[in-house]
Amino acid sequence: MSEGLTASKARNIFYGGSLFFLVVFGALTVHSHIYAVNTSTDAEGLTESVVHGKRVWEENSCINCHTLLGEGAYFAPELGNVWVRYGGRDDPEGAREAIKLWMQSQPTGIEGRRQMPQFNLTDDELDALADFFKWVSEIDTQNWPPNDAG
Amino acid sequence: MKYQSQKVAAYYFYCAMALFAAQVTFGLVLGYIYVAPNFLSELLPFNIARMIHTNALIVWLLLGFFGAAYYLIPEEAETELHSPKLAILQLVLLMVGASGAVVGYLFRVHEGREFLEQPLWVKLGIVVAALIFLYNITLTVLKGRKTAITNVLLLGLWGIALFFLFALYNPSNLTLDKMYWWYVVHIWVEGVWELVMAAILAFMMLKLTGVDREVVDKWLYSIVALALFTGLLGTGHHYYWIGTPGYWQWIGSIFSALEVAPFFAMVVFTFVMVWKGRREHPNKAALLWSLGCSTLAFFGAGVWGFMHTLAPINYYTHGTQVTAAHGHLAFYGAYVCLNLAIITYAMPHLKNRTPYNQVLNMAAFWLMSGGMAFMTFTLTFAGVVQTHLQRVNGEYFMDVQDQLALFFWMRFGSGVAVVLGVLIFLYAVLVPRKEVVTPGMKTETVPAE
Repeated sequence: MSEGLTASKARNIFYGGSLFFLVVFGALTVHSHIYAVNTSTDAEGLTESVVHGKRVWEENSCINCHTLLGEGAYFAPELGNVWVRYGGRDDPEGAREAIKLWMQSQPTGIEGRRQMPQFNLTDDELDALADFFKWVSEIDTQNWPPNDAG
Repeated sequence: MKYQSQKVAAYYFYCAMALFAAQVTFGLVLGYIYVAPNFLSELLPFNIARMIHTNALIVWLLLGFFGAAYYLIPEEAETELHSPKLAILQLVLLMVGASGAVVGYLFRVHEGREFLEQPLWVKLGIVVAALIFLYNITLTVLKGRKTAITNVLLLGLWGIALFFLFALYNPSNLTLDKMYWWYVVHIWVEGVWELVMAAILAFMMLKLTGVDREVVDKWLYSIVALALFTGLLGTGHHYYWIGTPGYWQWIGSIFSALEVAPFFAMVVFTFVMVWKGRREHPNKAALLWSLGCSTLAFFGAGVWGFMHTLAPINYYTHGTQVTAAHGHLAFYGAYVCLNLAIITYAMPHLKNRTPYNQVLNMAAFWLMSGGMAFMTFTLTFAGVVQTHLQRVNGEYFMDVQDQLALFFWMRFGSGVAVVLGVLIFLYAVLVPRKEVVTPGMKTETVPAE
């Protein structure tokens, strides 16, 4: 600590500087919020079914095994691009059926394999979940993940 | 213990330690599921166990902070707490909420955002408890002496409560959801929690080393200035790949790289204070935990954070076991060690006796810290291999995970060491031996503070 710096000077720097950075952060948040709504996500396509799918995602706490855009539990595959991985861009109906079939056939019970629980979702819920995955896969994520493996 | 009302801190510490035990137990179960995936797969699926592991951690750390505040604020403000009864009421509220949440989780009652799974009634209970707490300590500080330590601690605790309010906002647009979710998660652990950490460490240095308050104050304000100057915009390192603008890659990389600075400053601060200090404090274990706290926080939060914070690197490592490695050592170093330091320091005072079971306590430090360091290394290696196989070579997630089995076995082993360390710590703190010194000797060796 230099001799010139007193505790009260340090205090003033702390309060003043923190306020400054808080304001800058707030302003950038406002801009990012507007950008997210208008540019990087499909606000039009955020249908009731997608919102329902997000609710299904939350009610079953998928995030505590999987990751979504890289955030979550690292125990099970990334799902932000599961729609793409299942070929949804070329064959949406095929991807939807494959995701639903996967969900319905859990758990595999195979010894030594990670087990996904059976969540007993209705057909509506499964469709909503697939719609949610499709919507998420279309977010402009600056080209993340690097490949389809997620 | 100078003020009778400091006693409430002990109840907070007991509850914190109970939840700490629960947290590491569930951690061990999770580590075992990684190597034996069929274990409890129907009864206690991974997602439920992880919810309890992370939530128990957050709640016990907060209980520790509250306990620390109730312990040190009367001493700093030189006055009794405004209301010890309210402090007890607050603890009861929090414990009802926490146990309600855990039991609910076991029966699949939860919300769905990571770390914020508490049902709405628990979240509202937490808000009410926080309001009671802030009311209680703010009034205590206002009627007493105002010090830098109480100022910073209070600001940190107000920040914790204010930013928690974002937990109640869950937009249906996933990008916005994630943006504001980080307002709670990042601004807590890489922002306002650091204020609490620096304030508690400053208090410990003041008491353990006997350096001048003026010197400690200067360090304290400099450290927290560094923490918020870097930490607020450092939030940007979570805004790379979630649908937020590209400029966050620059802002996030630069400011989060600088987040190492406050942690480095805390290392320098604690060691310089100990070297300069004129006081030989008898509680060596508390000093060990304090120095361990700043050092391991520097490695866990600082170095391991820096390792994958630059956007071009994070592009490949994001969401791999590298993150898990960083998360474990950062939380352990910065916040677990901090709480164990203040508990180790305060418990003898709260029991009104000289420090006890010090060797056992220090053995617990080395076992726990060694275990956690080894866990961090194994997860780091696992993460690097995973990054290469999955993100560079494009192999599928589960195929890659199967190749990491050896690392996960070693991680489980280190988890066993950590749990043993925790058990020894709890024994050392909770089961004091009968006082061996005679009352006459005791007055001579009584600690300065």
